[in-house]
Amino acid sequence: MKYERDPKRIREVLGNKVQFILGDIACVYGGLLAGVSFFGGYPITPASEVAEGMARRLPRVGGTYIQMEDEIGSIAAVIGAAWGGAKSMTATSGPGFSLMMENYGFAVMTETPCVIVNVQRTGPSTGQPTLGAQGDMMQAKWGTHGDFEALALAPSNVQECMDFTVEAFNLSEKYRNPACVMTDGEIGHLRERVVIPDEKDLKLTERVCATIDKDKYIPFTNSQTRKNCKIPDFPTFGSGYHTYVTGLTHNEKGFPATDKQPDHEKLVRRITEKITDDADKLVSVEKMNLDDADIAFVTYGATARPAESAMEMGRKNGIKVGLLRLKIVWPFPNKLITKLSKEVDKVIVPEMNLGQIVHPVREYACDNCEVVSAPKIGGEMHLPQELYKYLEGK
Amino acid sequence: MVEVRTADKLNKKFLREGMWPTIFCNGCGHGVVLEYTFWALEELDLDMDKVIFASGIGCSSRLPGYINADGLHTTHGRAIAFATGIKAANPDFKIVVFTGDGDCAGIGGNHFIHAARRNIDITVIMINNFIYGMTGGQLAPTAPLGSIATTAPYGNIEHPFNISNLACALGANYVARWGVSHPYQPIKSIKEGIEKKGFSLIEFLAPCPTAYGRRNKLGDIKKHWAWYDNNTILKEDYERIMKYGTDEEKDQVRDKIPLGVFQDIDKPGFFEAYEQLVNRLMEKESKTKGGKK
Repeated sequence: MKYERDPKRIREVLGNKVQFILGDIACVYGGLLAGVSFFGGYPITPASEVAEGMARRLPRVGGTYIQMEDEIGSIAAVIGAAWGGAKSMTATSGPGFSLMMENYGFAVMTETPCVIVNVQRTGPSTGQPTLGAQGDMMQAKWGTHGDFEALALAPSNVQECMDFTVEAFNLSEKYRNPACVMTDGEIGHLRERVVIPDEKDLKLTERVCATIDKDKYIPFTNSQTRKNCKIPDFPTFGSGYHTYVTGLTHNEKGFPATDKQPDHEKLVRRITEKITDDADKLVSVEKMNLDDADIAFVTYGATARPAESAMEMGRKNGIKVGLLRLKIVWPFPNKLITKLSKEVDKVIVPEMNLGQIVHPVREYACDNCEVVSAPKIGGEMHLPQELYKYLEGK
Repeated sequence: MVEVRTADKLNKKFLREGMWPTIFCNGCGHGVVLEYTFWALEELDLDMDKVIFASGIGCSSRLPGYINADGLHTTHGRAIAFATGIKAANPDFKIVVFTGDGDCAGIGGNHFIHAARRNIDITVIMINNFIYGMTGGQLAPTAPLGSIATTAPYGNIEHPFNISNLACALGANYVARWGVSHPYQPIKSIKEGIEKKGFSLIEFLAPCPTAYGRRNKLGDIKKHWAWYDNNTILKEDYERIMKYGTDEEKDQVRDKIPLGVFQDIDKPGFFEAYEQLVNRLMEKESKTKGGKK
């Protein structure tokens, strides 16, 4: 019995259009709206509510929830389900995200669409399980070995937990790459008002499945049905294409090519370029007060909230400060940061880590302006006053 | 006239073109297990579009590459977890996992025990050659006491894992262990395993002359293969002798490895139970709705 997305049924299970819910539960809603039919999870604070929410709702829409034996098994099952034709996802936090890294790379290498929600908590190691952080932002980009491109979104509120989970599915389906929703313990455990979009307002992207004649089919090459598209058409298992899918370096046919330099370069360049070629389309930001700004906060996720308050305090006191909020953090909006760096004197990057996204900001600011890291760790968010201090003296 | 089925005909039908030659060494047992699997598939007459193969890392895990079917060659030890997801996405699939002793009993042990406990509807064919062959002969969790490996140069002091016993204890629906020199029982077991709902394990004892036999002085390929015949015994014979035999007869068989079908039961498989759960919820909700009207 294969899952079919039933919008009416999903909305019955989700309930009222306007609700007051946890960020974690909003991720569940986003997954269900996107048509997730498989969730493999493992309990971990502060992400457990995502698994609990799925365990309660997924069977009711005819999907499958399995609590796996660990996070390695969770992401493995999620990738397997994607090849079986499902939209699939998991949710975890730092230690679990670390455990998933090898198979995260497998999903990249085999071009498997799937979604990982990471409700970040402080680390390293077990850290502070109940407290939020943004310490895994670089891990999402560099955590698995080898060269790859990441797709990662950072919600700043509960509504975005839902919207960005839908969007993560869309990006993942489009690019055939895993996508991460990089939320955190603060947003995950925050209750806010959400408005569930109507079916007509919901934009869903589905993977392009292989339709070409079986004898002409080449599984790991540019699309055979779309022009100038580096994303191959997806041969769902069971559709008769008899595809061999391996994490080894493979040629266009999918056969191992472990001792051939050109095959490796061709493959890895294609699977990275399919995303970097679209970098301009993948810029998703919110701009506030940047037109006349001398100083700009560059923020993402939970930290955007105190940064916005600090900006408002600054404006009240006559400081020309604006804010750029990255909704999609990976791929990084290189050009936009370079442009901004030419327009302001100073960029402040508040993060709940000792400075991660400040690095690409500094790289693409190209010494055009001062770039200041505003770190805070230990599971507490920045106070607006703390960030305001970075504006003074200007 | 009855059509004669030959290995050649089976190979034409089931082998994936373009993947030859195999990576396997002379005297390796893996090709035999592949051939047994072809025979079983032929006799089952399944739609090969709906039989999906999964594997981890190691020599045995290369087998799906040689089969003309969908195959997922995954990360080390994780094939069973991947297979769980494939099956969840489409319970109509038959899923066969090829794995080795290191892949399944070593790094993948946790996934193995939980899939068996959950009674996930997949067939696991574990090829046990007592060694990490692909990486060059390191110690495996199934390696006999005293055996030599590159990472146990002075002899193995760890007790070997009995994976079939473990699967029985976990309540797997079907558990069998066979060698690679007698085709009929193992082919029958693969068939039964694939047909079985719930978790099935078929363990194969397979020679690895390159990494295991050579290092453990088991002689040339022929002698190495003979070791398996001389050191295994049918489960029924083993049990009979240990119960009714003389002390001398018992001593002769005590250390031999029993072969046979160790478990054949019919607990509901995971996805059967899950479907019931979904149906129960749907029924309950449609009743509640009816009541409101």
